[in-house]
Amino acid sequence: MKKSRDDYLTIFFISIIGIYILIALAFPMYAILSKSVENKDGVFIGFENYQSYFSNPALVYSIYNSLFISIITMVITISLAFVFAYALTKSCMVGKGIFRSIAMIPILVPSLLSGISLIYLFGKQGIFRDLMMGYDIYGPIGIIIAEVFYTFPHALLIIITALSIGDARLYEAAKVLRSKSIRTFFTVTLPSAKYGVISAAFVVFTLVITDFGIPKVIGGQFNVLAVDVYKQVIGQQNFEMGAVVSVVLIFPALLAFVVDRIVQRKQVAILTSRSVVHEPNKNKKFDLIMLIYCSVISVFILTIIGMCLYASLVTFWPYNLSLSLDNYQFDLMDGGGWDSYYNSIRLGCYTAFFGTIVVFTGAYFVEKSRSVKTGRSILHLLSMMPMAIPGMVLGLAYIFFFNHPDNPLNFLYGTMAILVICTITHFYTVSHLTALTSLKQIDNEFEHVSSSLKQPFYKTFFRVTVPISLPAIFEIGIYFFVNAMTTVSAVVFLYSSKTNLASVAVLNMDDAGDIAPAAAMGMMIFYTNAAVRIVYVLVTKKILVKFQKWRTKTV
Amino acid sequence: MGGNMKKITTIMSIMALLFLSLVNANAGSLTVYTAIEAEDLKRYAATFNEDHPDIEINWVRDSTGIVTAKLLAEKNNPQADIIWGLAGTSLMLMKSEGMFEPYSPKGIEKLDPKFRDGDEPASWIGIDAWVAAVCVNTVEMAKHGFSMPSSWEDLTKPEYAGHVAMPNPNSSGTGFLDVSSWLQIFGEDGGWDFMDRLHKNISHYTHSGSKPCKQAAAGEVPIGVSFAFRGARSKAKGAPIEIIVPSEGVGWEMEANAIIKGTDNLEDAKTLADWTISKKAMEMYNVAYAVVGMPGVAKPVEHFPPALLGAMIKNDFEFAATNRKAILAEWQKRYDTKSEPKS
Repeated sequence: MKKSRDDYLTIFFISIIGIYILIALAFPMYAILSKSVENKDGVFIGFENYQSYFSNPALVYSIYNSLFISIITMVITISLAFVFAYALTKSCMVGKGIFRSIAMIPILVPSLLSGISLIYLFGKQGIFRDLMMGYDIYGPIGIIIAEVFYTFPHALLIIITALSIGDARLYEAAKVLRSKSIRTFFTVTLPSAKYGVISAAFVVFTLVITDFGIPKVIGGQFNVLAVDVYKQVIGQQNFEMGAVVSVVLIFPALLAFVVDRIVQRKQVAILTSRSVVHEPNKNKKFDLIMLIYCSVISVFILTIIGMCLYASLVTFWPYNLSLSLDNYQFDLMDGGGWDSYYNSIRLGCYTAFFGTIVVFTGAYFVEKSRSVKTGRSILHLLSMMPMAIPGMVLGLAYIFFFNHPDNPLNFLYGTMAILVICTITHFYTVSHLTALTSLKQIDNEFEHVSSSLKQPFYKTFFRVTVPISLPAIFEIGIYFFVNAMTTVSAVVFLYSSKTNLASVAVLNMDDAGDIAPAAAMGMMIFYTNAAVRIVYVLVTKKILVKFQKWRTKTV
Repeated sequence: MGGNMKKITTIMSIMALLFLSLVNANAGSLTVYTAIEAEDLKRYAATFNEDHPDIEINWVRDSTGIVTAKLLAEKNNPQADIIWGLAGTSLMLMKSEGMFEPYSPKGIEKLDPKFRDGDEPASWIGIDAWVAAVCVNTVEMAKHGFSMPSSWEDLTKPEYAGHVAMPNPNSSGTGFLDVSSWLQIFGEDGGWDFMDRLHKNISHYTHSGSKPCKQAAAGEVPIGVSFAFRGARSKAKGAPIEIIVPSEGVGWEMEANAIIKGTDNLEDAKTLADWTISKKAMEMYNVAYAVVGMPGVAKPVEHFPPALLGAMIKNDFEFAATNRKAILAEWQKRYDTKSEPKS
């Protein structure tokens, strides 16, 4: 078949995005893998580094520790989030919107802020230190509480979606058959939400095992893999060993990713076009219990954030409790001062702008173009890969790849651009999936019609696809912005003096013992993200009315 | 249709331009890598610019471990022009990697011989020193009914179990300074034996050297092994702490400078190197540091314990730099794991 101009354009764009992902992901990963089998002078030494890694009990113990906290956190978070999601979808309690908003707060702050807050709550000078009954918050207890806080909204979002797709016809059938509500729960609710719960479990597991901020802040002597990477590289300048630990860290993350993908493949036919959305019935007792439960969780979340707010305003904890803005004088502390805050906002904007364009265009070609089938599936596969790569590993890989003297892209090293590339890549997969979901909702007829009318595809793209997908496009932009503001792990090896970031400043100020200013900077990130979210909600309401009118039925 | 293509090309070129604007180069100025405390940087640059207003200083500041890691990572493609204020042992390590442009700055003969590289021309020059010390929170000590420690040996007293913090030598320059000084003070076997006993009292090892003192200042631990300079700063801010100078002697480490080989601004780098060991610079360091590289300049610094200077051990930097890797590995094997129960 003769290729049309559209086909060539498609090939061109798929190649561009493919090359981007190769440069931003595949080549750096190759660089880190090869580094792990080299010695200091770059000579290939086989698995010698791995041998010395596995003969060091302190390092190997981190593997157990990492798995331990990841699994415990996974169980706790999934249980808590499931009941919360159940309350939001299957009860008629009041205040669902507020509870949902509160539950989303942890997404807006860097993970390590919860660790800082726990120190103020349960540390040696903490407000509730007596509740610890002699146990130490520095260690697994602190890590797990903080990780639960951090992963809760991620799990909640997935489980809410899973519970929302329960088919009302099944519930009706259960009711007609006089099934007890417990039985209905186990025979209808749970099976339909099964895949969502499994998926959420893997997401939590991966988030925890790759998180570095929380164990760094509150881990005490409890070593985990992600912190080991940091210690090897920053503390001992042992890049080869850092690469080895990185490779070890990739394994559990990759495994979780693969299993999740296999499980997801099975979940296809639950929601069919004939499904009816289930509307919960009123049940006073049940609704009250759920209300109390959600209130308790919300108080927990608000306490963590509220404590940080208070701590950031106290002049000198715990000896001078008068309130002041001293801790917001970032220019007098480590971490780059107020510049780092403005840099973070710049990074957020650039990442949102470029990231959304790259991701949405990429997803468009994967989903909508009719030619170059192999190219499309390769592109899709590449787009899914970043999910399995821990941020720190990506960052370290970037040093090896981009700072190599022979690399023509070397000039990017130490600039804002490399931070943007790294952040886009790190958060690529979730955005890609959001874009795909939205694009799948648009009937392919549009492409067929415009093609038979001999219209080039980009006309359809700009006139139909983009306007229809605006909600998803904004969602992706916000997702990139918020994550660029909060991420530490992806950028901790890559920032330079001119590109200090607020999230890294939180880490470094805590590291230097300036914990109150660290809390203050964390709160600045929170205010910014919350404000952006609110503006987003207000603006989209107005804009979307214009572009999304077709979604509402006209009489 | 052509209009649309044009639109796409325009959009793409605007994107490319925007992206390129993120990559900013800078010429006619010096990129200076440093581990000097953040609150001093502006003052240092301003004082330097009084004499040399035409040279702009771009600081790259981070903790000792991070700056050292950065420099080593960038070895084949250096980003820095000059180092101003980084741990001497780190610089000795880098010298052995051939990373410096040897240059003896004007006035080097006025420096204490300890504060310069022995080779001619010198690869690095020392400017000031930071000295180990113990920060003790008097309020918390009274609360627990503890007596004040006066020596390193005192820190191993069973009553302090779980109440001492110290920096992890694997991530902190101060931590390494402590460990290497104990090995010199108590001898190899005695040093490890001391650390074994101290380990029983350690509540946690921190990643940075200033953190134990700041935590002691905030009452998070009663006793923090740190350095005197940090303690003096916290005390000045009103923290209820005493700075203890252990009677066996204290380790110390100098902050040093070196010009990076391959800098594209060698002239300015030399000018800066000359200036950093001038008398004016020494007086500038002396505002915060009690020990500076030029003898006879230093005046006592407020809140610094007077006994400190006499307690500084005769530090064998060669020993510390050569055995760094082995010492760190041994330390990690012994203490850096949770598998050992904390008593």
